[in-house]
Amino acid sequence: MSDAAIRVRWQQLSERRRTALIPYLTAGYPTRDASLSALRMVADCGADFVEVGIPFTDPLADGPVIQRSSHVALQQGMSVKGVLELVREAALEIPVIAFGYLNPVLAYGLPRFLEEAAAAGVAGLLITDLPRGEDAELERQVRESDLALIPLVAPTTTDERLPRVLEAAEGFVYVISRLGVTGAVTSLDGGVESAVGRVRRATRLPVAVGFGIASGEQAATAARYADGVVVGSALVRRLDDGVDAARDLMNELRGALKVGAAVAQAVRDEAD
Amino acid sequence: MAEQGRFGPYGGRYVPETLVAALDELVRVYEEAAADRAFQAELEHLLTTYAGRPTPLSEAPRLSERVGCRVLLKREDLTHTGAHKINNTLGQILLARRMGKQRIIAETGAGQHGVATATACAHFGLECVVYMGEEDMARQHLNVFRMELLGATVVPVGSGTRTLKDATNEALRDWVATVTTTHYVIGSVVGPDPFPRMVRDFQSVIGREARAQVLDRVGKLPEWVVACVGGGSNAIGMFHAFLDDSDVRLVGVEAGGDGVESGRHAASLSAGTPGVLHGSLSYVLQDTDGQVLPAHSIAAGLDYPGVGPEHAYLRDSGRVQYYTVTDREAIEAFYALGRTEGILPALESAHALAWVLDSADRWSASDVVLFTLSGRGDKDVAHVAEQAGQSA
Repeated sequence: MSDAAIRVRWQQLSERRRTALIPYLTAGYPTRDASLSALRMVADCGADFVEVGIPFTDPLADGPVIQRSSHVALQQGMSVKGVLELVREAALEIPVIAFGYLNPVLAYGLPRFLEEAAAAGVAGLLITDLPRGEDAELERQVRESDLALIPLVAPTTTDERLPRVLEAAEGFVYVISRLGVTGAVTSLDGGVESAVGRVRRATRLPVAVGFGIASGEQAATAARYADGVVVGSALVRRLDDGVDAARDLMNELRGALKVGAAVAQAVRDEAD
Repeated sequence: MAEQGRFGPYGGRYVPETLVAALDELVRVYEEAAADRAFQAELEHLLTTYAGRPTPLSEAPRLSERVGCRVLLKREDLTHTGAHKINNTLGQILLARRMGKQRIIAETGAGQHGVATATACAHFGLECVVYMGEEDMARQHLNVFRMELLGATVVPVGSGTRTLKDATNEALRDWVATVTTTHYVIGSVVGPDPFPRMVRDFQSVIGREARAQVLDRVGKLPEWVVACVGGGSNAIGMFHAFLDDSDVRLVGVEAGGDGVESGRHAASLSAGTPGVLHGSLSYVLQDTDGQVLPAHSIAAGLDYPGVGPEHAYLRDSGRVQYYTVTDREAIEAFYALGRTEGILPALESAHALAWVLDSADRWSASDVVLFTLSGRGDKDVAHVAEQAGQSA
């Protein structure tokens, strides 16, 4: 375990009383070059972490936008090796979280992937279809690497199971805000507050919320409860209109989160 | 089995966290039901009075003469809805009722599993949604109409390969969103634990009946047991009763499409490598970067780039031998059974038959070959006629 870069970042955020903005981008979408520009753009726009999606032919936890971005990226030849090269070339100052499905990483060879990813500048790993406790050997290999293994908590994760999911968790906890695949919804359901609260009581790690957050308003709502906000499909969709269009959304989100964090702090101060 | 839900290294539950609780619940409810005599009696009653079990064991005298030994057909095509799929859907629908789930989803390739699920849902008054690839809807449109007549909603899947693989992705996406109220009736021995062992247990009625029928009729066990393998449910269902009979040779027949060397096939065990697809570790058709390759078979029910994890284990252990049969050989077998025995087999089952037709030199005249006629061919008649038109 070496989630130093991730821990330092959260420490800075906490000192500045700032909510983390965590964009997701599918590596290689819409093209490799545009993908590289988008990675640099989100870092310039004040992203605190970036999730880089490793495209897979069968993304069964993803909605239509990320499905399509994965398909397009693969058609243009994106590969696991290509993702790592992209991350290396982007040379971002913010921590990079590799996000994807197990099979491409297994085919690449997990030990090799972990070593090369760390060398390329990847700080954490989030595997959608590797729930905690399912494969002790794979989990051990990640824990012994330089990458943090970031856990996902779902609305359906039982109270009984939660401690097991959070046991030896690293980096932060990714809370899925609602049932369903990735992608924008018109309103966040009211479960975010209780979902985040439940995880907070069980861990001291920072808590980020994702799935279905598409606007500044929604991000600000989520920021009242969470330490970080993940925005994926909405940002990927904006890339269809170019990196500048995606930049507008990043600026909107960043602006909204400043307000959101200020409100949350005021609420906490009042409670004190 | 090395541990719960594993077959050697294969199997497991490689699924999004959202589904873990539902799989835990399913394991618990299934294990309770398996030990519950009332549940078993209810299932048995349904299989007997509704699904038409036990299915007959047919002699095939003219076919036997042609291949040089006695061939016996286990007639799953004579079940209600015309394929073995009903054995599993009735069992799973009873479990869904036990869990209080009112909405049922399923994936389907050839449409047989979709029809069997729609049938069981209609029988018990449950809502039914079936995901089906657009390509499969075109080549099996009779089954689309059957599902709709039974009150099911058929959702076309236009993503990816537009066949069974992507229908399964779409069904899993639905389940991730609806898991608290919905049960996903997986149609084969694939997917995350407990599906591979649960579907096997529901299908193992095929082998239990057949083993007893052969012993009763012939006075000995068969030398050969043959079944087609896509996901592998009829094969596992047949093989399971014979796994400990070491003198019985077990043969699984995969879809060779245009020939394994062409790259256009669905032979995951013969030409794939271990990987994770749809929640379990098994053999998968994939490239060196772990991307899943499109499968090809004339039989929509075999047109799948994965296979059940227990087959992966049986392949590695050598207990079952797996072979491939091409589209062309399967069609020839389809015609052959019609003309020699008056039975039109499903194109899926025709693969197993094609291997039997081609294996006269493997056995002696005193051998008995048992093979699963897993489904009837009515659904394929239009497609075969079209193919004949194209090649004429």
